[in-house]
Amino acid sequence: MENKVTMTSTATSVPNWQKDIFNVLKEGGVNQIAYLPDAGHAHLIRSAIADPDIEDVVLTTEEEGVALSCGAWLGGKKCVLLMQSSGVGNCVNMFSLLKSGDFPFFTLITMRGEYAEFNPWQGPMGKATQGVLELMGIHVLRVSRPEDAAEIVSAGYDAAFQAGEKVAVLLSQSLIGRKKWERN
Amino acid sequence: MNTTTKSKRMDRRNFVSMLLSQTPEALVVTGLGSAAYDVFAAGDRRTNYYLWGAMGGSTSIGLGLALAQPDKSVVVITGDGEQLMGIGSLGTIATKQPKNLTIVVLDNGHFGETGMQQSHSSLGADLVAISKGFGIKDSESISNIDECQKVVQRIKAKSGTAFIQVFIDSNEPERALPPRDGPFIKNRFRAALGLKPF
Repeated sequence: MENKVTMTSTATSVPNWQKDIFNVLKEGGVNQIAYLPDAGHAHLIRSAIADPDIEDVVLTTEEEGVALSCGAWLGGKKCVLLMQSSGVGNCVNMFSLLKSGDFPFFTLITMRGEYAEFNPWQGPMGKATQGVLELMGIHVLRVSRPEDAAEIVSAGYDAAFQAGEKVAVLLSQSLIGRKKWERN
Repeated sequence: MNTTTKSKRMDRRNFVSMLLSQTPEALVVTGLGSAAYDVFAAGDRRTNYYLWGAMGGSTSIGLGLALAQPDKSVVVITGDGEQLMGIGSLGTIATKQPKNLTIVVLDNGHFGETGMQQSHSSLGADLVAISKGFGIKDSESISNIDECQKVVQRIKAKSGTAFIQVFIDSNEPERALPPRDGPFIKNRFRAALGLKPF
């Protein structure tokens, strides 16, 4: 366990696009980062935990993060929710809060079930993710190339916290890369 | 059937009214349904945020708010049914342990809004044990209105996350309906904290 933690926190293995995304959130003045973990969010989560100015909140289910984000805004702070595409399904009714309460909302979603996916159980929710978000009134942006990450995440972040929009940025599975299924 | 009956219970409106009249500075988030009516009946405040939906979300809203406003007391007032739907949030709250957050669960052991079906809380679940199990050490139940003062003191002290299960009668007092206009209650809440529109 100790070895694993050490290995995964090696900074040299962090893709630049993940660093870019954290920098965008940091420069945007994010106060809270709530998350369910995923490999594509690993650098963000580590950075949030290490940053004394950011409250990192690990959730038991993604819908908590929707409500948490609204609570943060009630108190004048900005929260970003990190999750996998499967978590979007867990949030559906809680998304009502965003519309009924008219809250800004920003979430980063790592995609599964759309590219070189080895696990068929990720398929149904992964393929429905964008549709579900849009049905619930959330504007969807997508990052597929590493060089676009900073610009698109920044555009979504600003739309949420400067215009009060509800925005999801999907991080394509092709961007994140093939999951290493076999453990050594 | 495995049912739990508490012989001693208190009137929900009396308890909530007594609690809030002594904690005028507290920021309040309610669960939907009867808990929202109780809080509204105790006197509408700009710093009350009433849910009319988003069941299971009250405690997570309370956590986001408590982390955002660490110098202010935050009180979540909800029912056993709403708390059960968001039960995992107690685990999340326990990882953060905000000193200014108090969760008050008005527990009649029933789903009051939908025809008084029994909830898990009167079918064997022990919410205090669950809360403690998640890591909220200061978790207890009260069944006598005289114990309201202890809850008031906790809220004012801001000395640690607290979870209070309040055993209440399963009566249905007259409905007192808070505003259903979400943007209105959000905007006046933020304005009361001195926050500007974006």
